[in-house]
Amino acid sequence: MIAELGLAMLWLASALALLQLVAGALALTKRGRELAGIVRPAAVIQGVLSAGSFLALIALFLRTDLSVKLVATNSHSLKPFIFKLAGTWGNHEGSMLLWVTVMAMAGGFIALFERRLRDDTMLATLAGQAFVSLGFYAFLLLSSNPFERLAVPPPEGNGLNPLLQDIGLAFHPPTLYLGYVGLSIAFSFAIGALVTRDVGPAFARAMRPWVLGAWIFLSLGITAGSYWAYYELGWGGWWFWDPVENASLMPWLAATALLHSSTVLAARNALRAWTVMLGVVAFSMSMIGTFLVRSGILTSVHAFAVDPERGSFILALLAIYIGGALALFATRAATITEGARFAVTSREAALVVNNVMLSAILGIVLLGTLYPLLTEAFGEKVSVGPPYFNPIGAIFFVPMLIVMAIGPMLRWRDDRAGRISGKLALPALAAALTALGLVSFAPTIKPLPFLGMALAAGLAVASVLPLVGRDLRRTPLPVYGMVVAHLGIAVALFGVGSDSAFSIEKLVASRAGESHKVGPWQVTLRSIEPVAGPNWTALEATLAATYDGGRLSLLRTQSRNFTTPPQLTNESALHTRWNGQLYVVLGEEADDGRWQLRLWWKPFVPMIWYGGLLVGLGGLLALIGRVARDMKRSRAEDKIAYRRARQGR
Amino acid sequence: MSDPTPTRRNGLWLWLPLALFFGFFVLVMFGLLRPADRNVASAFVGKPLPAFDLRPAVPERPGLRAADMATGQPRLLNVFASWCIPCAAEAPQLAALAQQGVAIDGVAIRDRQEDVQRFLAQYGNPFARIGADDVSAVQLAIGSSGVPETFVIDGKGVIRHQHIGDIRAEDVPMLLEKLREAGR
Repeated sequence: MIAELGLAMLWLASALALLQLVAGALALTKRGRELAGIVRPAAVIQGVLSAGSFLALIALFLRTDLSVKLVATNSHSLKPFIFKLAGTWGNHEGSMLLWVTVMAMAGGFIALFERRLRDDTMLATLAGQAFVSLGFYAFLLLSSNPFERLAVPPPEGNGLNPLLQDIGLAFHPPTLYLGYVGLSIAFSFAIGALVTRDVGPAFARAMRPWVLGAWIFLSLGITAGSYWAYYELGWGGWWFWDPVENASLMPWLAATALLHSSTVLAARNALRAWTVMLGVVAFSMSMIGTFLVRSGILTSVHAFAVDPERGSFILALLAIYIGGALALFATRAATITEGARFAVTSREAALVVNNVMLSAILGIVLLGTLYPLLTEAFGEKVSVGPPYFNPIGAIFFVPMLIVMAIGPMLRWRDDRAGRISGKLALPALAAALTALGLVSFAPTIKPLPFLGMALAAGLAVASVLPLVGRDLRRTPLPVYGMVVAHLGIAVALFGVGSDSAFSIEKLVASRAGESHKVGPWQVTLRSIEPVAGPNWTALEATLAATYDGGRLSLLRTQSRNFTTPPQLTNESALHTRWNGQLYVVLGEEADDGRWQLRLWWKPFVPMIWYGGLLVGLGGLLALIGRVARDMKRSRAEDKIAYRRARQGR
Repeated sequence: MSDPTPTRRNGLWLWLPLALFFGFFVLVMFGLLRPADRNVASAFVGKPLPAFDLRPAVPERPGLRAADMATGQPRLLNVFASWCIPCAAEAPQLAALAQQGVAIDGVAIRDRQEDVQRFLAQYGNPFARIGADDVSAVQLAIGSSGVPETFVIDGKGVIRHQHIGDIRAEDVPMLLEKLREAGR
């Protein structure tokens, strides 16, 4: 019954999306104007219905209703509650339903609360949102029905991929989806603005919270995904330039550019066409990423439900949305009037450089991701990895970091370099001192980590300078957001540099009682014992580690055998200190009864993820600041309108 | 930089994003329509066998030299080991191929004479020659990364095809076809 109810609500929601699209489009014409009244209610009801549909799917998973195919293939009655819940979106159909639900709810939200845009732009935006949703409804209902029943329910479910049975991963994909959805709303705003040629500060202000929200989720999603890969895959690496990782990085890069350019548009009414195009590009990147991951067109370490038919469906959606939006852009952008002008030394100009650099990095990542496909078209198989991405990306990343340090100190419109050169001495000093320290203590350091760590130190100092000399209590929250986010980038970059410059790796074969030295650590294998969990058994190695002869700490690493379905995973053991992490993985048993152990000492590596969290926190501060200000302003406007109405009476 | 807004009046630039997207679309269409072939073909296919000279793995059969493979007729080169379970699983298929007149040479990887003898006694001996590769030198030199693997060698001693993993019953017609192609 629940499944049928969920399916019915999904069909109704799609019908309402169709209504919203048709009514919205007609309302833009002269004769259909009276239809305008039903567009907002349609968007709200569509949101409610799709939320109901998703709740129905959650209920089916929590009850482990094995007569539903999706539950039978992806869940198991013995699974812990939290993973039953996460199982709802830990598969293709469920994740698509989550996507469309959040998108419909966001549409309902803007229909209820967004009042800044011109009426016709608002109608076009909601019609655009309905248009995008319709594609996903069609995808779900025609080719990936999550509520499909089985004629004969199996006695037991088929489990969840044990690699994915991990709390971090349960919440990593939905975080990214929320980011993608936020960008789809930004896309709808861009379409609306293009249709009515109403590209101005109001459009940027209406779009910005969604971009910020998307950006926060993407930042956190990438950070969590990277940490998951780090401790779960047991390779000691944290970023592999894998197609799936790139698929999450590309929307982030585009969203970062969009965030900065929409700030210019909101504050200075400049970069109009560029911001609209980034609105289209950011969502295109999420769609392209989803397509690359789901179609299985590129081989990746992330085994996803790969299906060429689904790939074709997403590709068709891509062609319609992205092709259509870019064609609309090409025909309309020439008629968008030019924005305000600004000087070479100005905050706008710094943000333009930031945008150009981010776009270049985006292009590099996209090209590197697609390159294997390109060469395959000519009959050659290649894989593209760090030797391409790291140095080529650095060419654009380094200037971007420098502009990031300078830009926030510049004034809008026009400024003099001389005014801020005194302030810049401090970050330059920090960078120089770090460089000096590195050269004297680690003369063999490679150029990229060296540059990264020195720049990180400079940027860290520079990023807090915008707060110097300000009344801290009256400084707007978005400024704090910027400071924290920029500081986060510096912190993460320092961690990256330190990890690649100073990591020490050791592979040993060890018996119980034997001791090994890795960096400042002395690690002793105490014992290897079997342990059992709810749906796995494992061999657990207990290790005793001392840092520099100090206090003893115990670590446990497991080689786990999952029973449903059978699969072997390595649970790495981590010991975190303020200055780095000890990372241990248990390997195979050799013939002579010794055990393989992989040991790493990674100085300052957690800073990578602390930095990622700081970036997300910075975004959150900015978002709270913006939304609070918007609410204050709309309350004030209501008050003025109310007073006027009374005076007029 | 006084006017860095890309809102130039030159309309052609505005079509560039669409053109790039069209390029992407064509590329992935090609990728989607192409038959899925996820196997990494050996870089050694199309290359002549490297020179090697292996001592006999068992007294009953001669050892194997690269020159032995260039007999004017296509042959199979089977990389196996007595300690390898899939190698035992593919033995019936090798026997069937040998029965149809296919000449098969073997390379025993990291093996002992008595173990190979026991393996051949148990699962049959389809091999004309068997070389002993104690340190996987030949295996690595012909681009094989594991056991079992089977190579199609043409009459001039050039590698024409590499089959990774055990030969299943359904692979036999494909291998016969590859041998016929190599014989042309």
